[in-house]
Amino acid sequence: MAKRDSAADLVGLLTIEGQDLAAAWVREVSGSLGGRVGTAELDRELRELYDALVDALRQGATDVHSEQMSEIRALLTELSRNRARQGFSPTETAISVFALKRVLEPVLQDGTADQIRAYLQFNGILDGLGLFAIETYTQTRDELIAAQAEQLLELSTPVVRLWDGVIAVPLVGTLDSARTQVVMEKLLQALVDTGSEQAIIDITGVPAVDTQVAQHLLKTIVAARLMGAECTVSGISPQIAQTIVALGIEFDDIVTKASLADALKLALRRSGVDLVAHEGAQR
Amino acid sequence: MTAPWTAGEDPQVHPIARSGDLVHIRQAIRTLSQECRLSLVDQTKMITAASELARNTLIYGGGGTVSSGLVSANGKRGVAAVFEDSGPGIADVEQAMTDGWTSGGGLGLGLSGARRLVDDFQLVTAPGEGTTVTIIKWVR
Ligand SMILES: Nc1ncnc2c1ncn2[C@@H]1O[C@H](COP(=O)(O)OP(=O)(O)O)[C@@H](O)[C@H]1O
Ligand SMILES: [Mg+2]
Repeated sequence: MAKRDSAADLVGLLTIEGQDLAAAWVREVSGSLGGRVGTAELDRELRELYDALVDALRQGATDVHSEQMSEIRALLTELSRNRARQGFSPTETAISVFALKRVLEPVLQDGTADQIRAYLQFNGILDGLGLFAIETYTQTRDELIAAQAEQLLELSTPVVRLWDGVIAVPLVGTLDSARTQVVMEKLLQALVDTGSEQAIIDITGVPAVDTQVAQHLLKTIVAARLMGAECTVSGISPQIAQTIVALGIEFDDIVTKASLADALKLALRRSGVDLVAHEGAQR
Repeated sequence: MTAPWTAGEDPQVHPIARSGDLVHIRQAIRTLSQECRLSLVDQTKMITAASELARNTLIYGGGGTVSSGLVSANGKRGVAAVFEDSGPGIADVEQAMTDGWTSGGGLGLGLSGARRLVDDFQLVTAPGEGTTVTIIKWVR
């Protein structure tokens, strides 16, 4: 069979006199998405894709990687990225492509041998397009997740000023390398920015301290010391204290306090602030 | 102690392929530790030991798996975890188990510290044959 004929058959499959196959496609997809994409938007999206597909086939495109498919790939990329951003599943995304198979299915019943052959060939092309959509979807998802992780990194490590010359970082959650690195940099920067000489690292919200976390803490404290600042670690729970001892980590020359309040008291005393309870004040 | 699993209690297998996996592993060990009612101190010790060994599997073993689950023996219950990789293995086990020795830039307390944190500790390794570490924490 000559290539030209095959292209003509494929185009014929998609342009049946008197039938709006694109509209049928929109209906199929719309049903599967449960109305979460507006009908007008879906209609625009899929009709554009449909027309481009007919064009590409007319020009002899044979699969998703064909040069003639570049327009299709661009449209599919946009569609998949939108679905990923809107929180649709990979299945819901791929269905936008695969639903077209069902629309064309009647050909299997009353089509000629040539039409059936064209249908099968077109099925293969659609498989490729569907996989392409899923791949783009996954890529977008990965990008979103990476961006969120980065934001979380920033969010979860606030450096707060407790007093003139006293700053604190309350650590919450698991401390992995990346996060601890951020904490370290932020803390050191805050020491410079605020001209503080006392820093408190509060680990009340940290469920476990392993050797890597300990190493990051130790490094931070040494760096702060080099900058002329003193660090106090507060909020070491009894179970973490016992675990640190059993691991054999030496926190010897590091000042630790049970609570953030105790650490603040110490920091204030070190910066020369006296706390005086007024006579007659209620405790 | 090579296969600590009690009949009928299948372990869960987690991949150790990237640093994000360590979070899931610590959570899985925490859940198991709470399920068999380890004390809070013992939970923290078991989770920390698992964190050390999983990181070694990732960094030095080039990745691998951990199988974790509940075990029982002699009327006692406990949490077990088996860390496996098919990395370079450890040539000098005594050296690797020495406090403070590291071939990387760590504190060198992961292996030796993990042994002190758990009740049962077994290290099976040979150059070119990967490394398997099995740990168990029993309920007191
Ligand atoms: N799974 C492993 N495969 C190969 N070598 C390992 C493995 N686990 C530990 N080691 C070796 O043992 C040394 C000590 O490990 P560890 O006590 O955890 O200290 P650290 O991780 O700080 O280096 C490592 O530096 C490494 O050379
Ligand atoms: Mg280690």
